[in-house]
Amino acid sequence: MKLLLKGGRVIDPGIGKDGEFDVLVEDGRIVKINRSIAPDGAEVLELGKGWIVAPGLIDIHVHLREPGQEHKETIASGAAAAVAGGFSGIACMPNTDPVNDHAGITQFIIKKATDANLARVYPIGAVSIGSRGEQLAELGEQKSAGCVAFSDDGRPVATALLMRRALEYAGMLGVPIVDHCEDPSLKGDGVAHEGFHASALGLRGIPGLAESLMVERDVSLAELTGAHVHICHMSARQSLRAVRAGKERGVRVTCEVAPHHFTLTDEALDGPIKYDTNLKMNPPLREPADRDAMLEGIADGTVDAIATDHAPHHADEKMVEFDRAPFGITGLETAVPLVFDRLVHAGRISVKRAIELLSTNPARVLNLPGGSLAEGAPADIVVIDPDRRVTIDASRHVSKSKNTPFNGWELRGAVAYTLVGGRIVHRSA
Amino acid sequence: MNVDAPVLPTSSKSDGATQLRSRHLLGIAGLGAGEIALILDTAEAMKEVGTRPIKKVPALRGRTVVNLFFEPSTRTRTSFEIAEKRLSADTLSIATATSSVTKGETLIDTVRNLEAMSPDMIVMRHASSGAPHLLSRVGRAAVINAGDGMHEHPTQALLDAFTIREHKGRLAGLKVAIVGDLLHSRVLRSNVLLLNTMGADVCLCGPSTLMPAGIERFDVRSTSAIDEAVEGADVVMMLRIQQERMTGHFIPSLREYFALFGLTPERLRRAKDDVIVMHPGPMNRGVEIDSEVADGPYSVILEQVSNGVAVRMAVLYLLAGHDSAEPLKA
Repeated sequence: MKLLLKGGRVIDPGIGKDGEFDVLVEDGRIVKINRSIAPDGAEVLELGKGWIVAPGLIDIHVHLREPGQEHKETIASGAAAAVAGGFSGIACMPNTDPVNDHAGITQFIIKKATDANLARVYPIGAVSIGSRGEQLAELGEQKSAGCVAFSDDGRPVATALLMRRALEYAGMLGVPIVDHCEDPSLKGDGVAHEGFHASALGLRGIPGLAESLMVERDVSLAELTGAHVHICHMSARQSLRAVRAGKERGVRVTCEVAPHHFTLTDEALDGPIKYDTNLKMNPPLREPADRDAMLEGIADGTVDAIATDHAPHHADEKMVEFDRAPFGITGLETAVPLVFDRLVHAGRISVKRAIELLSTNPARVLNLPGGSLAEGAPADIVVIDPDRRVTIDASRHVSKSKNTPFNGWELRGAVAYTLVGGRIVHRSA
Repeated sequence: MNVDAPVLPTSSKSDGATQLRSRHLLGIAGLGAGEIALILDTAEAMKEVGTRPIKKVPALRGRTVVNLFFEPSTRTRTSFEIAEKRLSADTLSIATATSSVTKGETLIDTVRNLEAMSPDMIVMRHASSGAPHLLSRVGRAAVINAGDGMHEHPTQALLDAFTIREHKGRLAGLKVAIVGDLLHSRVLRSNVLLLNTMGADVCLCGPSTLMPAGIERFDVRSTSAIDEAVEGADVVMMLRIQQERMTGHFIPSLREYFALFGLTPERLRRAKDDVIVMHPGPMNRGVEIDSEVADGPYSVILEQVSNGVAVRMAVLYLLAGHDSAEPLKA
């Protein structure tokens, strides 16, 4: 079984490749990348002019909701949404019901993902039992079962002591702690960024410092322990400053930003649909200075990865009062158009940097296979048509949930093909 | 029954506005100065109805108005009910304790069930900011916001404006001090929007812990010194301070709050000689306001309550006009 991707622009920042090459895939692996490869019996995918052939994208922050909340998403539907969005690999957060704090649940997730046979699914295990912040989960057992990192995402590790021990212990295992930074007392019962718009709408505020205080704490704890901390979904400019300062002094800290945090601000709350619960996520949309800081960090290299924080919720759950709605929006199927339209075409970053943020670096952050087009590597490949105009239509999304604030947006940049292990799992040519 | 029409405002009096643009009253936000003036002028006519021996006109005859109160309220609910009855509407009031909400029904489902019985208007009070906006998007009935969370309480601001205008003859150029829990108050937000639109000079005053973030963009002055706020004021409006504010570390004690922010006769002397003192209620005597002031000659607190009925009649009448209400004639 041979497949030839012909005529695209191959970009692999990991091995420094950027140019017009053909890519030959055989038995699920990349066997050759060269100027002009003869088909020689291979099925040929003729790619359009300027189409990008890159290592399959990897989203290191998604919520698949299974087990426990299958009405929002399942592992299969999430994996299908992933490949529809160009992602050949996704790392799923442990805040399922029950929480993935045990090897048995990790094995269940891996089994379901294998059955789905779409994107590769990498479970992230809980730091503490039940993510309650009281007792370390069996990180070693979970790692053996397949967990690639640990996080109490959504429920920040409230005590410095537990975070210290988690970093030390995970450091011993050679895996990072993926850190949802939020000071619970400063966040309180806030539902939107603390600022003029929340004040005018009478919504309780969450200050940027609720995030950045814990970023500062955990960057310092990573420094103390020598372990790797990865800061999730950064939204506040002070958080970026803390990560930048940590990196400058050699701390093993990496970080991610979600597309909504480099695209939207809290001004959206004052839009035509007042109290749109699809604008409610945690951390919240912040003010323009914060959004601009994220853009700057993305451009200057401080930000390592773009991760979507794909957080599906059922329409019924979002059709409620703003302060009663759950936090979170979907992200897998809108990430590529947003990255290309808002970052690449806007002249903020190169295509190479976009691939680095969406594939090369996410693989490195969590030590995942993939993120590379090296000869011999599994053929996890995304083909992007950077100039295709798309109108986001949530009703046609593959994810079980449609909670996106980008419905109806017209953007430039789309996924044409997604390949996992040499198999075409998504086609939109 | 005496059903003479109230003398309604002419368009020239209300800057040309003869009806409201929206079929809902979700907030003061979005109302223009002409619309506000129209409501206040209409309320004057409605107030006259309340002075008659038979306080009833047939304007909303055959209309069904549901008062849907998800939060306890005595004053506002009673005021709306009286206003509706004086306009001859068929009314019914639902409080959370007796509704399906306690059985886990969502707001949308509660409203859809009510809508199945074809009410013309829903007056809603809800603890969540934006709940009336959600309601207005899913339902067919006209929605009147009777207070949503920390967001707006438009009819309160309108009755406050009506009361001020009765005493001062105008709103533009007046110095209005608003003192108290600025952060959690929906009365504050509606009043700031209304008074700014009408050209008043507003000064907000409260503890720094109870100042909303971004207050500088509210386009008003603000201070934590009550003497400064009250100085030369035409109107002093006090806001309620809730007992539970101590638990969020907003204030150390009610005692200290009164010492720093309570309106006393001494402090009131800094205001203009003809100052009026207002309070949306319910009042905490000895916390935000000294009884001597609350019951004193400058207080118009009970007039606010009386005027509430007339203002709500005006709002109901004008919104009903969108669906061609019964003419106010007999």
